[in-house]
Amino acid sequence: MRAPVSWLREMVDIPSNEGGRDIAERLVRAGLEVETVEVIGEGMIGTLVVGHVVVIEELTEFKKPIRWCQVDVGLDHGGVRGIICGARNFAAGDRVVVALPGTVLPGGFTIAARETYGHTSDGMICSERELGLGDNHDGIMVLPEAAGAIGADAAPIVGVGDEVLDIAVTPDRGYALSMRGIARELAFSYDIDFDDPGVRVVELPAPASGAVPAECGSEDFGACGLFTIRTVTGFNPSAPSPLWMQRRLVLCGMRPVSLAVDVTNYVMLELGQPLHAFDLDKLSGPVRAGWAQAGSRLETLDHVVRDLGPDDLVILDDSGIIGLAGTMGGLTSEIDDATTNIALEAAHFSSGVVARASRRHRLSTEASRRFERGVDRVLAPYASARAAELLIRFGGGTYMGMTAVEAEYRPSRISMPVTEPSDVAGMPIDDATVVRLLQSVGCEVIESEGRLTVEAPSWRPDLTDPADLVEEVVRLVGYDMLPSTLPTSALGHGLSWAQRVRRRVGMALAARGAIEVLTYPFVGDHEHDALRLAEDDPRRAKVRLANPLSDEQPILRASLLPGLCAAARRNIGRGNIDLNMFEIGSVFRGVAGETLVRPSVDHRPTDDEWSRLNDLLPEQPILVGCVLTGERTPAGWWGIARPFDWSDAVESAQVIAEVLGVELTVALGSDSTFHPGRCAALMIGDVQVGVAGELHPRVIEATELPARACAMELNLDACLGAANAVRRAPAVSTHPVAKEDLALVVADGVPASAVMTALRDGAGDLLESIRLFDVYRGSQVPGGHRSLAFALKFRAADRTLDAGEIQRVRQAAIDSAARTCGATLR
Amino acid sequence: MSGPNTSFDPKQVSVLSADAIDGMAREACEAISAAATLAAFKEVRIAHAGDRSPLALANREIGALPPAAKAEVGKRVGEARNVVKLALDDRQVTLEVERDERVLAEECVDVTLPVVREAVGGRHPLTTLIERVCDVFVAMGYDIAEGPEVEAEWVNFDALNVPPDHPARTMQDTFYVTSADSGVVLRTQTSPIQIRAMLERPLPIYVVAPGRVFRTDELDATHTPVFHQVEGLAVDENITMADLKGTLDHFAQAMFGEGIVTRLRPSYFPFTEPSAELDVQCFVCRGTSVGNPDQPCRTCGSEGWIEWGGCGMVNPRVLRAVGIDPMRYRGFAFGMGIERTLMFRNGVTDMRDMVEGDIRFTRAFGLES
Repeated sequence: MRAPVSWLREMVDIPSNEGGRDIAERLVRAGLEVETVEVIGEGMIGTLVVGHVVVIEELTEFKKPIRWCQVDVGLDHGGVRGIICGARNFAAGDRVVVALPGTVLPGGFTIAARETYGHTSDGMICSERELGLGDNHDGIMVLPEAAGAIGADAAPIVGVGDEVLDIAVTPDRGYALSMRGIARELAFSYDIDFDDPGVRVVELPAPASGAVPAECGSEDFGACGLFTIRTVTGFNPSAPSPLWMQRRLVLCGMRPVSLAVDVTNYVMLELGQPLHAFDLDKLSGPVRAGWAQAGSRLETLDHVVRDLGPDDLVILDDSGIIGLAGTMGGLTSEIDDATTNIALEAAHFSSGVVARASRRHRLSTEASRRFERGVDRVLAPYASARAAELLIRFGGGTYMGMTAVEAEYRPSRISMPVTEPSDVAGMPIDDATVVRLLQSVGCEVIESEGRLTVEAPSWRPDLTDPADLVEEVVRLVGYDMLPSTLPTSALGHGLSWAQRVRRRVGMALAARGAIEVLTYPFVGDHEHDALRLAEDDPRRAKVRLANPLSDEQPILRASLLPGLCAAARRNIGRGNIDLNMFEIGSVFRGVAGETLVRPSVDHRPTDDEWSRLNDLLPEQPILVGCVLTGERTPAGWWGIARPFDWSDAVESAQVIAEVLGVELTVALGSDSTFHPGRCAALMIGDVQVGVAGELHPRVIEATELPARACAMELNLDACLGAANAVRRAPAVSTHPVAKEDLALVVADGVPASAVMTALRDGAGDLLESIRLFDVYRGSQVPGGHRSLAFALKFRAADRTLDAGEIQRVRQAAIDSAARTCGATLR
Repeated sequence: MSGPNTSFDPKQVSVLSADAIDGMAREACEAISAAATLAAFKEVRIAHAGDRSPLALANREIGALPPAAKAEVGKRVGEARNVVKLALDDRQVTLEVERDERVLAEECVDVTLPVVREAVGGRHPLTTLIERVCDVFVAMGYDIAEGPEVEAEWVNFDALNVPPDHPARTMQDTFYVTSADSGVVLRTQTSPIQIRAMLERPLPIYVVAPGRVFRTDELDATHTPVFHQVEGLAVDENITMADLKGTLDHFAQAMFGEGIVTRLRPSYFPFTEPSAELDVQCFVCRGTSVGNPDQPCRTCGSEGWIEWGGCGMVNPRVLRAVGIDPMRYRGFAFGMGIERTLMFRNGVTDMRDMVEGDIRFTRAFGLES
């Protein structure tokens, strides 16, 4: 809502030394968010005067037509001056705005008497845009004769120097979508009287004798509790709107159109009541509010044909639907430049009905924005009287009277302890102050035995609960008066195990060189195809958005890999080619339900309702993923580079397992996204919890990643369940260690992990550690075989091992490997 | 040990004359001084102090001397051997020092060479900032609550006092899952976690709830469809708005420094009543840039205050929807955008830097933002 300060001053006697910024500050304190304070014609220095065009001489010898004008700017300003002008939208006898030499226009343009087109141009005739009043540069501003005397100061006439507050109005404050509402807040904050224009009785002429005003009605008083029509006939359709009205509309961001339209808009801005003017001659029968029938249609003023249904409250006459109630009128009854007989609708529509229609038809209008937020329930007849008076004053015409239908109006009545505001705020507010503040916003207050019975004013439909009254009182006392205290301390539990682990996983990966990214969860099927995911692969996402930002990515990810691959690609495009990136985030598995469960909000949902609500949701486990490309260690003075390979991907999973304290085992995996020979299935027991390795060459091709790119993805939530939150302390033996190295020859197909497991099983408890330190293939071992060299450490908890004992466990380990893996000692 | 030598042979003992012994010592000392390297020194040591050295041989002869001569000769030989030993020790130290100086000089490296073969990575600054915020509240006794990103519309809106046709629904442009009337949305705020906390936790409740939220805004320098919020909720008997103010003041100081205060401005949120916008005093200029064009502040735009979030007293209607008796319990809630906080706190000027995953951006923050 844009509010010109000059207009506010007309409604409230704001101290003259208070500027726009001061006023804005008051409103902010009161809870209206003033986004900007704009000074009209900011930067303008000097004098603008009203000029009278005496004579125009057309100069035709130039490329474009030029006018040499004699303009009378009054004796005080040098009488008649010669001014060159390129605009053509004016005639001798017109009043115009003249900037005299020495004047600086907004933007720093200085006017000087200068030689141009063979004459001395002694000033400038101004357009709206040159004065910073608006974007209109179609021609110069022509003022009505009544606008001001020749030589008068033109700045206040056209609004230069005025200030405009731009206020973002929250949904609870519909009343602030009017000058009336804003002025009321100002009157309170300056503690000055407010003469409410919304309850002022406008004097209208008595209806013409024998006049028959248009009939009206409401088919549903719940949806339309008040409907009025005022009729004016014999109106002059070519009568212009007064300049001040046009200027105010422009300052408020609306375009002046015609007197009839301008008046409805002006009164809406002034009082907050949306109005609609019909061409009476295009109506047939009574005008009324009612529900549309299924399959009906309406072409609205914006030339869009809208399909309507039984949820649409419409305005009807005997011809059918002529408007969408509270939102936009229809084309068939539109007033035009020949309209002389006007039916002026002012009504009250239910906020929910208008909000639904506005959403359904994606049509947000000045009217719908106001009805959605709640319009003063009793305002309509006052506002339409004000509008009719303006129409008749500036457009002539005869007042034919008003018809109205109205349901009984029951203001909302709220009961609360008088101490409630003070209890909620946590500061003392005495009873008299509470009552006074509630009265100041327009409430009727009755106090009895420590309780208040409060009747909210008609313009505050948002005041329904004690909490609403508490807010009114506390904000008027001032939020800056609140003391700063702390609640009795809570007894917290610290981070949960899962929360701690997530932090440590991130920290461990980052400490080892990985960089965290947070990618968007939106994916498209082409990304699943690029990863070679089968139709039934759980990583092929199924949770679909109804309104995605991009049709390319309408699904919610079921894997972190698409986002990580895209981020890797983006980095590589920017020259960051050595990448070790990870993400910890939720993915969406399974499908979202569609049953409409909408429990009441008046009580706690039943257990059944709550579980049904949760059943709607897909599984949302937290995963860790990483993508590795380029070099892990760059070439340097220390030696050659070491590229990332499959083992780094597996290692990152092992690091996570280490952080969690879970035993992660690795087996050759089979996964369509990964290289079939370089894919590790990450297992906890018999359950696969992730996958790591080198990406499949076709995946690398499709995702446009560098050759040999690697990746890992691990279900963190699945790992958490297997982890031990509290770890057992080890027994640290101080007896001497016995070190034994042994090399075993095994067939190529035997995994190293199997040999290690066999050695461990055979060696038993005396084995402290085992490490594979060499893998050899070549002339020393038979073809199709490799030699695996292990370093074993033996140690007993309670004694020094003797040579015989060491020899026995060593042999037991070898025997075990021979038995289960066919290993032979080299 | 051999017995005393009683047969005295003057011819044999001539080598043990004083001159001879002095000569041996002198010769040894000269050779020791002449040894230029540790290798040469080793040979000299063998030649002049080894088992076959003249002085060692002379020492052996002492036993053959008549008892009368033994003491004197023994003393002389002992002294000579001592002189040689001191010379050797001295020379060894000298030679070792010389060698060390040479070798250590030869082994000199350029310690300014780049040594980091594998750089430490980085955690996303949004992650670490969320952790920072949570830690402040955990220290105040709050637990960290979480909830799903795909959320039931009832939890995201209805239970938070945003009925289906309320204009507040259009304040937040919602992603709907499956269809516009499926009842399932991407949560538009972290506030649904409040509902879950109140339904699932015992009273009193003190939780802080971080999370990723979603709105249908196109990505540009100041908007992103996916962003993060942190929300706080306290529900207890006798909670007041002054408690909210005090909690936020404490939070602001923990985040931005001693003495930083907050400001509340009346506002509207459906789930709180009274509601307020939360501003934090500019931690850079502390308000000194206001009306002081000579010292403009980029962080607050010379406003002195930075818009930080929203807050208020939990609307009793919300308490009712989760079965908490509003006559007995009150609550406060607050929330703020983490991206926005990172922007003004760490000087991030473009939202896109936070979402594109450029490793240069995150690496700059290291392990802590």
